[in-house]
Amino acid sequence: MTERDNMHSIVQEITERFKAKPGPLLPVLHAVQDALGFVPAECVPDIASALNLSRAEVHGVISFYHYFRETPPGKHTIHLCRAESCQAMGAKQLEVHVKSRLGIDYHETTADGSFSLEPVYCLGNCACSPAMQIDHDIYGRITAETFDEIVNELGESA
Amino acid sequence: MSQKIYVSADSSALSLGAERVAVAIAKEAQQRGVEIEIIRNGSRGMYWLEPLVEVGTPAGRVAYGPVQANVVKSLFDSNFTEGGTHPLSLGLTEELPYFKRQTRLTFARVGITDPISLQDYLDNEGYKGLMNALRMDQANIVKAVTDSGLRGRGGAAFPTGIKWNTVLNTPSDQKYIICNADEGDSGTFSDRMIMEGDPFVLIEGMTIAGIAVGATQGYIYLRVEYPHAHKTLNAAIEKAYQAGYLGADIQGSGKHFDLEVRLGAGAYVCGEETSLMESLEGKRGLVRFKPPLPAIKGLFGKPTVVNNVISLASVPIILDKGGDYYRDFGLGRSRGTLPLQLAGNIKHPGLVEVAFGMTLRELLYDFGGGSATGRPIRAVQVGGPLGAYMPESQFDTPLDYEAFAAIWTVLGHGGVVVFDDTVNMAEMARYSMEFCAVESCGKCTPCRIGSTRGVEVIEDIINGRELVKNVALLRDLCNTLLNGSLCALGGMTPYPVLSALNHFSEDFGIDENAEAA
Repeated sequence: MTERDNMHSIVQEITERFKAKPGPLLPVLHAVQDALGFVPAECVPDIASALNLSRAEVHGVISFYHYFRETPPGKHTIHLCRAESCQAMGAKQLEVHVKSRLGIDYHETTADGSFSLEPVYCLGNCACSPAMQIDHDIYGRITAETFDEIVNELGESA
Repeated sequence: MSQKIYVSADSSALSLGAERVAVAIAKEAQQRGVEIEIIRNGSRGMYWLEPLVEVGTPAGRVAYGPVQANVVKSLFDSNFTEGGTHPLSLGLTEELPYFKRQTRLTFARVGITDPISLQDYLDNEGYKGLMNALRMDQANIVKAVTDSGLRGRGGAAFPTGIKWNTVLNTPSDQKYIICNADEGDSGTFSDRMIMEGDPFVLIEGMTIAGIAVGATQGYIYLRVEYPHAHKTLNAAIEKAYQAGYLGADIQGSGKHFDLEVRLGAGAYVCGEETSLMESLEGKRGLVRFKPPLPAIKGLFGKPTVVNNVISLASVPIILDKGGDYYRDFGLGRSRGTLPLQLAGNIKHPGLVEVAFGMTLRELLYDFGGGSATGRPIRAVQVGGPLGAYMPESQFDTPLDYEAFAAIWTVLGHGGVVVFDDTVNMAEMARYSMEFCAVESCGKCTPCRIGSTRGVEVIEDIINGRELVKNVALLRDLCNTLLNGSLCALGGMTPYPVLSALNHFSEDFGIDENAEAA
């Protein structure tokens, strides 16, 4: 089975699972992103026809929400908090360090495909600022040194 | 009997290494042949002490913290499983002044019980509110909530009972209960703590709401940034179904209530209730016009109660102990307790649930212990990214909705973010506009375009370009945002911006005389 066929069958399975729910589009997009890492443009027509929506409606929803991505992420996605509480504890300096350590800006992926960097506006970890999330793990009271340690531990850094 | 050891699974505790601590304790206990049972509780909310390890003793729980995995061996050497003394000993948890001085009503069980043990919940007064509600008629349940004086804890502080009454009295074949768990305000984490630390109290509150207004379907709209809360809620919902606390025939009463968690996708504006409903319906989170009120025409056009996590989690105790019990806490029109959250540059960050009326200064110094850096506290933002920045001269304001409103500040969801004297308030004002530009849904022109223009004008001011003209322009722009936006995002971004400009004008390069000119 080609990658494209595989993707079609994944999307079909997901839309079948959710289409009876009221307001199924967000749960479908979450499931697609969980399965594929992003929501490829090729999936949009399948999702639209299964849920009886226009392609424009589906694309509009994907582009509205910061969390849904239309390009493949790196192996690990780093969500770095930019919000006030983290700023009060040095998030801006940390942000400069993170970007230079990874050699990328927000919404970019390192050349070797290891890390994607995304801004996030609050992780609810404000009592342990500055905070970040890598994949499903949350980290608190991050310093430049602990960031480097974590990234090194995760392996393939730039 | 094996000794009970408590290590929090709250995501902030995990972010500081609680998982590694729990694993190290289990391993060390096995090697030493000590029989223990590790319980992964919620957090007590004293985050400078996390990862906190507690041990059940006949005198009460004894605490050690902050514990890292590499000190676990020495804890065992000190015989901590029997409450032995160690350099990290904190004594009895509940005797710690930070904890002892609080009035924990909504957070009564958080940090104490195993969050996903229904038995633990039942053993600690859980579901007593629901059992009372099942014996009452709908109007009387609503009346108890109205009598309690409970006001929406999400930030808008609208009386919860009045909202419920509107939904109760709007006839419809289908009604909904929505829990707004899109806690996006920086400096807030009380919703997360409830959902991770005592999910059943939220489920019970929503079930009571459903029975009270005649809604059979509930949704928890949870932000995607809370993966641990998601897992905990789903585990608790499953148990509630299995034990007949959710579903078609709740505890044999014939009452029906179904509950489902739906994930958001990183849009701050979806914390606004009409935008949230659009999102639940599977659309872009564009704000709706009001009226019609959601209580009359809400989700899928049906009457809908939209309440914050803390509001709904406060309902069970009101139905258990009565509206009067709850109303007896607080002052003026702010009744009951408010779970405050201390964050940012503060020595003792955490959750402080107290009756309304304490001053901000007491919170910052008596609980918070001053700044984390030891420098003077210069500014405090209360109420999230749309809340005003308060200078030291306002620290004696009592924490009460009306007292805050009187000085053009907001209490909001109770988040308090502290800044020391290294903060540049012009930069913070610029950030507020930038945040508004990133998160605007785009429906109202003042918010969609004004926020970007706001960033530019503040940058001009920071760079000293045509100061007098640009300050006037910024004030004018804020006035347009304030009056020309449908929701709080555009309508309240002027709060942080103007409060920074008014109280910290020196950071904008303005001396008083120049502005007067």
